[in-house]
Amino acid sequence: MSQDNRIIRVQHLVRTFGTVTAVNDVTFDVRRGETFAFLGPNGAGKTTTIKMLTTVLRPTSGTLELDGLDPVKDSTEVRKRFGVVFQDPSLDSELTAWENLDIHGVLYHVPRRVRRERGETLLKLFELWDRRNDLVKTFSGGMRRRLEIARGFLHTPRVLFLDEPTLGLDPQSRNQMWTHVKNLNATEGVTVFLTTHYMDEADRVADRIAIIDHGKIVATGSSAELKQQTGADSLEAAFLKLTGTTIRDETFSAEDRMRQVARVWRR
Amino acid sequence: MSVVFILWLRELKKYLRSRAQIVASLGTPLMYLGVLGFGLGPVFRRAGEGSYLQFVAPGVIGMTVLFTAMFSGIAMLWDRQFGFLKETLVAPVPRVQIMMGRTLGGATVAVLQGLLIFGVTLVAGFRPTSVLAVILAFLIIALIALVFAALATAIGSSLKDMQGFQMVMNFLVMPLWFLSGALYPLQGLPAALAVLTRIDPLTYGIDGVRGILIGTAHFGVALDIAVLLGVGVLFVIAGAWRFSKIEV
Ligand SMILES: Nc1ncnc2c1ncn2[C@@H]1O[C@H](COP(=O)(O)OP(=O)(O)O)[C@@H](O)[C@H]1O
Ligand SMILES: [Mg+2]
Repeated sequence: MSQDNRIIRVQHLVRTFGTVTAVNDVTFDVRRGETFAFLGPNGAGKTTTIKMLTTVLRPTSGTLELDGLDPVKDSTEVRKRFGVVFQDPSLDSELTAWENLDIHGVLYHVPRRVRRERGETLLKLFELWDRRNDLVKTFSGGMRRRLEIARGFLHTPRVLFLDEPTLGLDPQSRNQMWTHVKNLNATEGVTVFLTTHYMDEADRVADRIAIIDHGKIVATGSSAELKQQTGADSLEAAFLKLTGTTIRDETFSAEDRMRQVARVWRR
Repeated sequence: MSVVFILWLRELKKYLRSRAQIVASLGTPLMYLGVLGFGLGPVFRRAGEGSYLQFVAPGVIGMTVLFTAMFSGIAMLWDRQFGFLKETLVAPVPRVQIMMGRTLGGATVAVLQGLLIFGVTLVAGFRPTSVLAVILAFLIIALIALVFAALATAIGSSLKDMQGFQMVMNFLVMPLWFLSGALYPLQGLPAALAVLTRIDPLTYGIDGVRGILIGTAHFGVALDIAVLLGVGVLFVIAGAWRFSKIEV
């Protein structure tokens, strides 16, 4: 099982919400240690796929495997193996950065000493060590995102899921964040599964890219392969040829509206 | 065990850090205590029922515990989308431990809030029979808190959107409070109202607290405790079951 170089295997995955088919017969593999990107516009089904892989949503049909295990049947074992940064924040803003990290360590049964040492290393790496005793509600968007990523690494996962990790960040924070993530990807061999709707980001950080639109994967390959397949000279042009739309094509869901409210209310 | 503990501790820390909210949450109980305690006092006395403040103080404590406990669970809805709940839902820990940590934390916060209001009633002139009575009464208050924190977890795990929140407040929490006999004696009620008050678990909670603190229970403290324990077990099971089914 662990000899298999595919850490994630997804076959004919379907998820419907009432009459909406969010994920429509999706099949792909992710290789151990690679950085894999789901690239697609809003509403393409990226988040829904991540939710199923991370055990918080049941598939309507199809098969899923993470490190040889089924997220539906072996949810606890699967949960030990991944870290996740969801699209929407999941920090406790009334607690300090350190407390957020420490609770995570307890939830994942990380021994106290490791919690302290690795917590310190990660906070220093993500440039949050000086702010460790401050409440998260005093943090900027970029700092919060960095803390969530640091937390996701704390229990040394085999896969790290990042759902639109750079959404709303300035270019400098985006660069910084990717430098650190790619670094850990190289040193710890953690597989990184990210979603994004920034072309340049997928182009730059991902070893392989799956382009997803309307719940279907329309193409998979490295950036170079995608360009070659379509005869396009940029990923942007390749995307346009494959989906017939530009990436700015956005739909607005109930969840998006709730997100806007959340942004207003965030302290 | 350490998972339950750290999640319980988290709720407690958050409570102790939210001073402004603690003060603000005293408003409603103070209003009831002031307006009703002193406003209805003369009528109550003329009717030969003694001091209304003595009578209503346990009711106002019960109200505080009910509201605080219910709120902790219903806030889960927001938490599920934008807060810490998701972090716990993907942790490699049985969901029942997470549910117990949250629920016990919510219940503890409700008890602390009840303790605060109890202090306020003392200042207003409420006089319990003895110190021992106060300690015993808080055991019952802890049971009330657990019953409603568990109910709130069950409801919070099942709600789909924010409109549900208003529904629960209007059609569950407010009736639970008004039907509980917190504000009026249970003797001689019209038959329909008498039945409704007997279905409300808070009725037994407040009756028990009253029985211990001022020595006049309608049902008897033993029955009150038995009902609270039974309903508590039921709600904890329901809460754990609903919580185990949460998807995000
Ligand atoms: N809980 C839900 N209920 C109903 N529809 C949903 C739900 N979650 C997602 N959807 C719908 O499924 C589609 C895919 O959504 P999502 O996976 O969030 O897309 P992405 O992450 O690529 O932007 C959208 O049309 C969205 O409105
Ligand atoms: Mg998304």
